[in-house]
Amino acid sequence: MLNHLPILQVIVPLLGAPACLILGRAKLAWVFALLVSTAAFLISCQLLSEVYAQGPLSYELGGWAAPWGIEYRIDLLNGWLLFIVSLSSTVSLVAAQTSISNEIPGEKQLFFYVAWLLCLAGLLGILATGDAFNVFVFLEVSSLSTYTLISLGKQRQALWSAFRYLIMGTIGATFILIGIGFMYMMTGTLNMADLSERLPAASSSYTVFAAYAFVVVGIGLKLAMFPLHFWLPNAYTFAPSIVTAFLAASSTKVAIYLLIRFTYSVFDSDLRSAGLPLPEILIALGMIAVFAGSTVAIYQSNIKRAIAYSSVGQIGYMIVGLGIGGLLGLQATLLHLFNHALMKAALFLSLAAMAFRLGSTQLKDLYGLGQRMPITAFSFVVGGLSLIGVPLTVGFISKWYLVSAAVADGRWPLALLVVLGSLLAIAYIWRVVEAMYFKPSEEGSPKGEAPLMMLLPLWVLIAANLYFGIDTRIPLAITADAARSLLEVVQ
Amino acid sequence: MSLIFSHYNYWVVIALMMIGFFVVIAQGNLVKKLVGLNIFQTSVFILYISVGKVSGGSAPILSDSVTAYSNPLPHVLILTAIVVGIATTALGLALVIRIKKAYGTVEEPEIQQQDHSC
Amino acid sequence: MATAIGIVLSRDLLAVVMLTGIYGFLSASFFVLMDAVDVAFTEAAVGSGISPLLMLLTIALVGRYEAVPAANKALPALILVVITGALLIMGTLDMPAFGDANAPAHTHVAPRYIEVSGEEIGIPNIVTSVLASYRGFDTFGEVLVIFTAGVGVLSLLTLRPLPANPSVDGAHGHRVLRIVSKILIPPILIFALYVQFHGDYGPGGGFQAGVIFAAAIILYTMFFGVDLARRVVSSSVLRILAATGALLYGSVGVVSMLNGGNFLDYSVLAESATAGQHIGIIVIELGVGITVAAVMMLIFYCFVSQVRPAPEGEK
Repeated sequence: MLNHLPILQVIVPLLGAPACLILGRAKLAWVFALLVSTAAFLISCQLLSEVYAQGPLSYELGGWAAPWGIEYRIDLLNGWLLFIVSLSSTVSLVAAQTSISNEIPGEKQLFFYVAWLLCLAGLLGILATGDAFNVFVFLEVSSLSTYTLISLGKQRQALWSAFRYLIMGTIGATFILIGIGFMYMMTGTLNMADLSERLPAASSSYTVFAAYAFVVVGIGLKLAMFPLHFWLPNAYTFAPSIVTAFLAASSTKVAIYLLIRFTYSVFDSDLRSAGLPLPEILIALGMIAVFAGSTVAIYQSNIKRAIAYSSVGQIGYMIVGLGIGGLLGLQATLLHLFNHALMKAALFLSLAAMAFRLGSTQLKDLYGLGQRMPITAFSFVVGGLSLIGVPLTVGFISKWYLVSAAVADGRWPLALLVVLGSLLAIAYIWRVVEAMYFKPSEEGSPKGEAPLMMLLPLWVLIAANLYFGIDTRIPLAITADAARSLLEVVQ
Repeated sequence: MSLIFSHYNYWVVIALMMIGFFVVIAQGNLVKKLVGLNIFQTSVFILYISVGKVSGGSAPILSDSVTAYSNPLPHVLILTAIVVGIATTALGLALVIRIKKAYGTVEEPEIQQQDHSC
Repeated sequence: MATAIGIVLSRDLLAVVMLTGIYGFLSASFFVLMDAVDVAFTEAAVGSGISPLLMLLTIALVGRYEAVPAANKALPALILVVITGALLIMGTLDMPAFGDANAPAHTHVAPRYIEVSGEEIGIPNIVTSVLASYRGFDTFGEVLVIFTAGVGVLSLLTLRPLPANPSVDGAHGHRVLRIVSKILIPPILIFALYVQFHGDYGPGGGFQAGVIFAAAIILYTMFFGVDLARRVVSSSVLRILAATGALLYGSVGVVSMLNGGNFLDYSVLAESATAGQHIGIIVIELGVGITVAAVMMLIFYCFVSQVRPAPEGEK
């Protein structure tokens, strides 16, 4: 069975979803979904260690060799992301049952878990596949289930956010479809490895250039890359709390992965060096995102929304890393993918715990929370420190590598700007700390800690934030190798 | 001149695509947005199918009397894409119905106004 | 083309939907011209069948006329559209000419399907071979997309429980129509089965069959009322069927894994590879058909149950 691991990674949750619907009872569905997600997580660990030891794995679906059939191809890059996504799904699912019990009406909770598993399977499917069109199919599985998950939010704005996301997401997916069509026209193949061999012959054509442009814009929409980010803050704010934790930790990461995959493994380097000053564009967009996202975050009265805007900024850092390129730049982005997943999952889970007790994440409702929910409040502080990039947290590691990459590339002003960007993060985290610890709470406001099932995953994440901020061997080794192998493909 | 003759098919498709795209982003009515999205997607399908056409070829169903077939692969891809399209439309329309119930309107400007005032 | 422009200009949503149906039908005709018979079949069913139907139901709920649009968005939208269009046109400049048999798309991967699928899979319809076997995993994904949409719609639009006395509506009282429909529905169901199992030889297959099957039931609801239909085929049965179809498809893959092949490798299912392919394709097409029919009907039930005025005592 071990040689089937690449496909099991995806079909376990994929088949788990319809099975979950048959179960019919919400509580049972939760246990089942948690089991399935845990299985996916264990498979991803095994895959990652295998790929790290032996190099890329290939799996031919239906027994047809690529490019005639669809190939699954796991290398360090997507092995790393499979690990991140299934980890964040599993950790947030632990808290899901408690959290949604007072956010989603009982008869809809069953659909919630089915949609969750579909979303997980879709994201894993995008990551594992080595076929460009298969990416589109699984992109839609994950997108449709994401719209469903967001629309289950309590307030009516959730519906409107989901609809807007549906429109933007479908435009994005259609753009990607156009790009894939153009590539197919010029090469006759859909397999990524095959594409990368055959595209260079046509790389000077306008068609390939347009294909790349459409793929990048399409992914940019999914990624909420500045200036295509307008759907994200609302979607994250009004989705059920636990969904936000999962999506923030996984779905934008998958989009970043696609961008890296198409840029490095599919299109060849001529295209990037020829036409446009792509690195400069990416760095500029990334930095604008950092400053715009963080600045808007400072003025939000709803903290969930503030952290959502901060995601726009954090995505900016990843784009900057890609723009700098080279071994260090790529490694910085790959590291931040993992680290950002850890801190955002922790922050949004902590907000989910507050929402559970307070029914709100408005700043004014958090006054005096340091006394009322000491454990939850403190976890938010640690997560916030990590977001800022204080030493001994994962956030510091990300920033350190990003700054070193910028310096090594001779971009001193950029390094300075990255540090400046962190100062903005201090501003919006400080507002929350001030409210929680230095403002008196109102009379009769709710008191008491969140249930254990929420605190447990939350503190696992907080511990991970600290542990991987101190002992960085594992992520560093994997990301360094992954970045190296990406650059080798290019040469 | 030959460029025009050999590519006009693609250009008509692009014109259709852009009409659909325009409807999606410019129209305020949510149902119409979805209609626009439909046109946009269908035109992309037409683009793919045009790619698959081989002059003098016939439908890709094996038969002894036929020597040249059109390319079956784009057909397969578009079959999948059509299904994805209708799935999106159905979900979108369901959202529209819920939005109507929650906001009492399906016009984008009015919805945004309501969200800002509260 | 004119249809599309009509859609932009008209402010009457009913007309818009009708035009969309025509547009879908025209696209289907175009696909026939382009030799894509399977695609045409599907587009006819979806573009001028299901999707206008759902839109009509939606309009019945949200109102027929749209407000006068604010002009301020038109200009930026136009600029964006022109830029995108220009990029697309630029992309086409270096494309192989339309219909050129030597284009890369026709010389690299596709020839193998045309040349050897007859031997490897053993069925004449190449589109079915590619769809169900070579790229069978895409189709599995597609079934899951439909399933996802079904789950999404179910979670958004709650089905009202059936009233004790099924209400009389639609053309229920119209005897001629009832008899006509009784005559019509069985052949449609048989046709659906034909399409389901004939997909190996001609255009057709699980998806189209599922849609036609659902159409027959929808026709039934129009004449006998949705409550009665829900008694014949209840929504909880449909929910289980929708999941079963997807699981059936997946189980074929799992069985082939247990028999020593890769996921969805049908060749290991029987003594000879082609016999295995045959079995595999029939079963997965059945899975597709079941899920599609069940989800389509569920979605239809959900939409209809929103349209009808709520019984008293309910908001």
